[in-house]
Amino acid sequence: MHEPILRVRGVSKFFGGLTALDNVDFEVVPGEVVALLGDNGAGKSTLIKCISGVYRPEQGDIYFQQQQIAGRSPSEVRNLGIETIYQDLALAENLDVGANVFLGKEKIKYLFGFLPVTDDEYMRREAVTVLDKLDIHIPSLKQKLVNLSGGQRQAVAIARAMYWNAQLVIMDEPTAALGVPEQRKVLALIKSLREQNIPVILISHTMQDVMAVADRIVIMRRGRVAADMPRSEATEEIIVRHIVGSAEVGE
Amino acid sequence: MAEKAKIQPRQNRLSRTTLVEFVAQSWSYLFLLAMVIFFSVTGTGFFTVNNFANIFVTSTLVALMAIGQTYVVITAGIDLSIGWTVGLASVIAARTMRDLVNGGMEIAPAMLLGTVAALLVALIPGIINGILIGRVKIPPFIATLGMFGIVRGAAFLLTDGQQVVGQLPDNLREVLRAIGSGSLVYLIPGQGVAWFARPEGLEPAVIRGVAPLLPYPVIITAVIVVIFAFILGRTKFGRHTYVVGGNQDAAVRAGINVKNHLVWVYVLSAFTAGIAGVLYLFRFTSGAPQAGEAALLQSVAAVVIGGTNLFGGEGKISGAVIGALIIGVLQTGLVILNVDAVWQFIVVGVVIIVAVLVNQAQAALERLKTNA
Repeated sequence: MHEPILRVRGVSKFFGGLTALDNVDFEVVPGEVVALLGDNGAGKSTLIKCISGVYRPEQGDIYFQQQQIAGRSPSEVRNLGIETIYQDLALAENLDVGANVFLGKEKIKYLFGFLPVTDDEYMRREAVTVLDKLDIHIPSLKQKLVNLSGGQRQAVAIARAMYWNAQLVIMDEPTAALGVPEQRKVLALIKSLREQNIPVILISHTMQDVMAVADRIVIMRRGRVAADMPRSEATEEIIVRHIVGSAEVGE
Repeated sequence: MAEKAKIQPRQNRLSRTTLVEFVAQSWSYLFLLAMVIFFSVTGTGFFTVNNFANIFVTSTLVALMAIGQTYVVITAGIDLSIGWTVGLASVIAARTMRDLVNGGMEIAPAMLLGTVAALLVALIPGIINGILIGRVKIPPFIATLGMFGIVRGAAFLLTDGQQVVGQLPDNLREVLRAIGSGSLVYLIPGQGVAWFARPEGLEPAVIRGVAPLLPYPVIITAVIVVIFAFILGRTKFGRHTYVVGGNQDAAVRAGINVKNHLVWVYVLSAFTAGIAGVLYLFRFTSGAPQAGEAALLQSVAAVVIGGTNLFGGEGKISGAVIGALIIGVLQTGLVILNVDAVWQFIVVGVVIIVAVLVNQAQAALERLKTNA
């Protein structure tokens, strides 16, 4: 077994009187796909936002590659190699693929040796390289993202995470807005991340997705980890019982 | 083994639409051209170097304001205060130059100091707008509407409620006029060109034909256009402007300092308005609080006609310049045709609506093309 790359220890988060996370322990080892499940309000999103730096947990520690990251800013966390792909993808749809892969980290060249300009050609080339690595083909790279399909946009968001050497990718409902064929492509992308030894935390409501790609399943309920099991031990029925809470009642 | 993800290229079946697409994309250029041809054919005296120089000079005010406004609109904002910022800058410049010259300073340094003072003061409403919008999160419409009133009041306070700054010294006015109404090159029909100043000692018949080829206000505006088009189109700052307008959340998560960026954008808008104000003083040799009042909505119109999306994320400086020229040609052309000046409001109004319709149609066309 590998050393965990991410280790969440006793993390709690409160919103006013509401306990969103209650002493949560959670870890991820390199090369595994962890599905994070739970009903609405179970604390999944709060947990990933604590990891990605959007929220600062009130209690507990989060270690990424042995470094404490709890309370760091989103850009610091990102620079350490944790890329979060939110449901809304956080893409600038009015710009092209190259601009989006390099969003906020634009490559600069110097015109006449002193005028700093964006190196669009370089960014487009690099975008192609990383898209090729993921075996994604986008017809026109000068095309604005608004003209691409949902799956292609998802692919661009994943490509961006890959390009910046993500050590851990967090995906929030990556297939929710997609048609069936595109859902398959996204699942294939997740598998290809795993093949490159990049762990993925996958939040999903879609049971088929989870069963198709997850190595391990973590179920949250009312701010706590209700169950943590390998995929091989999980059935849809067990998962659902943990999500709704009847597993504890039944025992 | 993972199945490989393949996302099929979409087929482009609508090559027939290339012409339609071309028209949709460059309609503002075509429209400008069509209007120039129309007025040239129907109006005597329209197709002359003098008149074109006049149109360009007249358009500089709206064009300069539209440059800053383009940045603002690309970030999905609007700046309603720049009309009065133009006035404030012209008043500050006029007062400073007048007082310095009356106090015994040479003309040139007084003009330089007046210009610098005006530009610096003009930045103040921009900074406040930017902080209110970027940091306090007041909607741009409200923040700049408030600033509209504040700057207007401040400008009139500085003229003691008068329409213009009191009498400037004659020697100062002369130099201001030499620049504001002057040209780098004059065309003398049949005799070639003259540099820097309107040629003297010519026969009356020839004098009437002398035309400015490169008026100074146009040169100054062109330099500003080039600089700001470059910043918007080529630099990281420009790229971030589009990102902020396209998806502000994405900009934040990508580590772009959106708050500071918005402050800069409104400062920039105030800056081009400040230049317009100083240029107004040079052209009319007086500072007037209401110098940019009418030009404010024209600058918004120019931005929209130029294809900038009012919802943000899209737009070009070149489009805004074309928009300003369209308004300039319309105004001049209608006067030459002896049409009641009031008609220009109606025509410009129609053009704005057509512009938005064309841009929407163009976006629909683009979607249609890629989803075919």
